[in-house]
Amino acid sequence: MISLAQLLTLSGILFSLAVAGIFLNRKNVILLLMCVELLLLAANFNFIAFSRYLGDLNGQVFVFFVLTVAAAESAIGLAILVVLFRERRSINVEDLNTLKG
Amino acid sequence: MLITSLFYVFSTILVLSAVGVIGARNPVFSALALVMCFVTSAAIWLLVEAEFLAVVLVLVYVGAVMVLFLFVVMMLDINLAELRQGFTRFAWLGWLTALAVIVEIVGVVWARGALGVDASRGATAHPADYSNTLELGRILYTRYAYPLELAAVLLLVAIVAAIALTMRHRPGLKQQDVDAQVAVRAQDRLRIIKMEAEKNP
Repeated sequence: MISLAQLLTLSGILFSLAVAGIFLNRKNVILLLMCVELLLLAANFNFIAFSRYLGDLNGQVFVFFVLTVAAAESAIGLAILVVLFRERRSINVEDLNTLKG
Repeated sequence: MLITSLFYVFSTILVLSAVGVIGARNPVFSALALVMCFVTSAAIWLLVEAEFLAVVLVLVYVGAVMVLFLFVVMMLDINLAELRQGFTRFAWLGWLTALAVIVEIVGVVWARGALGVDASRGATAHPADYSNTLELGRILYTRYAYPLELAAVLLLVAIVAAIALTMRHRPGLKQQDVDAQVAVRAQDRLRIIKMEAEKNP
């Protein structure tokens, strides 16, 4: 059987890879969005692991809601990205310096 | 034993494709690696008997969100070389943070009794006639009925927001103005005048 510790370790590795991805691809907005998806996936792993091993289904319901919100977030994020590219012809984070003093 | 070895196979694929997501040169390959991540995650969720969420993950993420990502990646004309500049500048910081997080999480998880539960044991298997979807639906439509409605409203707002953000009005486009057409009154179009009857020549 898969133990709780194995699942939590897997989700920890996934989470830290996603964090490293945010550091590495800090200029590319699309890859930043993808890394956020990976972070949410790792968090969902934790929810499912604990829900399964404590015998409590509420955690799986929470994963359901996280999936909903993440889908909405990526849809709006990509829409903003498309508008941004239309305005600036670039998705480089360093070009977004309008608020810079 | 079979389940544990399958878990290790899928975990290896998952970690390798996560590395592919953050390291691929082309965003299209990143998106495809992320699809692989979601598929193997769904397989692992099936192994721990969370069947409904595994199916939802494949349907919603692989079927909808990642297709959206691929559309956007292919639609934008991106200068990749410029975006890759300075890729290794903060790489050491990224890997250091990742390493610290891994060490902390692994330390907490594998320390005996740190979680308050016995983390080394497996979950008790459900009986053969147990339905994950049925049980989930049972609490989703009773205890979580209002949050479910809220989630639906949230998705509706997201649809409206995404369409409103990306809708574009091109100047000089010849199209019907439906509002003006509906709001028109008879006296704007038709003028009734009195005139004398003309004689037949």
